[in-house]
Amino acid sequence: MTAKVTVEDVERVAELGHLELAPGESQRMQHDLNAILDYVAELNELDTTGVIPLAQVSDLLSVGAGELRPDAVLPSLDRAVVLSQAPETDGVFFKVPKVIER
Amino acid sequence: MSSEVKTTESYVELPKTLSELRAGIASGSTRATDLAAGYYQRIELKNPRLNAYLSLTKERALQQAAHVDALAAKGDPLPILAGIPVGIKYALVMKVAPVTASSKILQGYYPPYDATAVAKLEASGAVLLGKLNCDEFAMGGSNENSAYGPVRNPIDTERVPGGSSGGSAAAVAANMAVATLGSDTGGSIRQPASFCGVVGVLPTYGRVSRYGLIAFASSLDRVGPFAANVRDAATMLGVIAGHDPKDATSSSAPVPDYAAESDKGAERMRIGVPAEYFGEGLEPEVRAAIESGIAALEAAGCSVKKISLPHTKYAIPTYYLVATAEASANLARYDGVRYGYRSPESETLSAMYCHSRDEGFGAEVKRRILLGTYALSAGYYDAYYLKAQQVRRLLAEEFLRAFAEVDAIVTPTSPTPAFKIGEKADDPLAMYLADIYTVTASLAGICGVNVPCGTTEAGLPVGMQVLAAHLNESAAFRVARAVEATCGGAIGLRRE
Repeated sequence: MTAKVTVEDVERVAELGHLELAPGESQRMQHDLNAILDYVAELNELDTTGVIPLAQVSDLLSVGAGELRPDAVLPSLDRAVVLSQAPETDGVFFKVPKVIER
Repeated sequence: MSSEVKTTESYVELPKTLSELRAGIASGSTRATDLAAGYYQRIELKNPRLNAYLSLTKERALQQAAHVDALAAKGDPLPILAGIPVGIKYALVMKVAPVTASSKILQGYYPPYDATAVAKLEASGAVLLGKLNCDEFAMGGSNENSAYGPVRNPIDTERVPGGSSGGSAAAVAANMAVATLGSDTGGSIRQPASFCGVVGVLPTYGRVSRYGLIAFASSLDRVGPFAANVRDAATMLGVIAGHDPKDATSSSAPVPDYAAESDKGAERMRIGVPAEYFGEGLEPEVRAAIESGIAALEAAGCSVKKISLPHTKYAIPTYYLVATAEASANLARYDGVRYGYRSPESETLSAMYCHSRDEGFGAEVKRRILLGTYALSAGYYDAYYLKAQQVRRLLAEEFLRAFAEVDAIVTPTSPTPAFKIGEKADDPLAMYLADIYTVTASLAGICGVNVPCGTTEAGLPVGMQVLAAHLNESAAFRVARAVEATCGGAIGLRRE
């Protein structure tokens, strides 16, 4: 858990997150990620064998959380209203640049 | 008062209380439209320096105020927040107002719906003045990460107001709203409330619907109120709390009359003081102010007990792994397709995604997306994300054990008072470490209140954090009221 992050790691993770970093920015992020990961390595001190991970706290509440609503179809937002917020549409669909390069 | 503190004007009174204002409107001595107009004048005067409001919703506000005046003129019963001017954080969506979460990537976005908490305020008669600045996507503790410029602390304009809900705290402190809404993921309501000398509430996870809150870390995000006094904050929470079919994590537990609960006094309440919150890094003046607050609680008839929460030191690493992992997933939706900013002239879809996100996100948001993506990536998931979730359970269980012995836990909200603008901007880790006293309650899902608890020699506000068990907001309000009664309450701007 004390992995040293390289510039290549930063670039790989940036690609996974659909981020493009300027060359100088990658180095800066590498420095920051290493500082933060060094710090979080403190968690290794704790033996957590057999501890069930806690993803969210609803099950710790004694009353009334996490109840699901009936699976019924309800009216949603109007298409025209939603499309009005998009950078580019044809009135029915969102428009984007081409997906496949020839 | 020390010459170090510079205020923007000679003297400003804090907002009147909700009950005073409402009585005035009910009796006809105050008109809601006049009250709203008066607040817009104050905003016009003070906001250019403070930068708390980023957009105003005058038409919607004045329409609502006129509606309240018409009800009052007819002698109809008035809802609980009738005519009360409130402001809304830029991370909560509201029809007819742009919402950007202070990010360039949502520039120009007008959401087609209201957040549940916003709709509930308006249904209770509140007049929604406008939208308040915050750190980009609520990521930050100083409000310096806003794409629309920093907010200044009304108590000392060279200093930060705290973050991420800096605009929400500053607006109340400068009386540019009677109350506001913010959101708190790792301390984003409590810490700015502390820096600006006002009351801020972290409700129990699930107590207030998150529908319409722009998501940062979904298992941690909460919506909560700011006000100039504890009773008003309790009233605000009563309005926005409750189950919402649109948020499956919202609790269906009944909503108490929090304001009435807060009237019950703190006598014979059991208060825990955890040693881990008074260690290295706590500024002596903050410690002294909090110790006076604890003495005040003893004088008010509370029993004070030293307790230990030994996992506290693991809270920051746990928080920054959990929160960034969730953020990296939540922020994947900003891709330039459906709303907000799209980088022009990209040849392909994937280039358009990358350019839009690269140009649209600020440095701190990118840092957190990278950290979160790394912690979730193949080969690191178990070591980082899963490990953090295990420690999260240990932290939560530690609080559950503590609350079997005490009704509330009191700590400093922040180890320091408000720092200078730019002081920590270049050191992300130092900024993260400042969240040391607030992220624990975020991870455990418990509730808490920041209540003003005196000032430093230089006049900077110090805040006490009062924590209580899940869904026991009433206990936190009762204790906070007792502190407020003896330690001076909200600060407000001072005479030089």
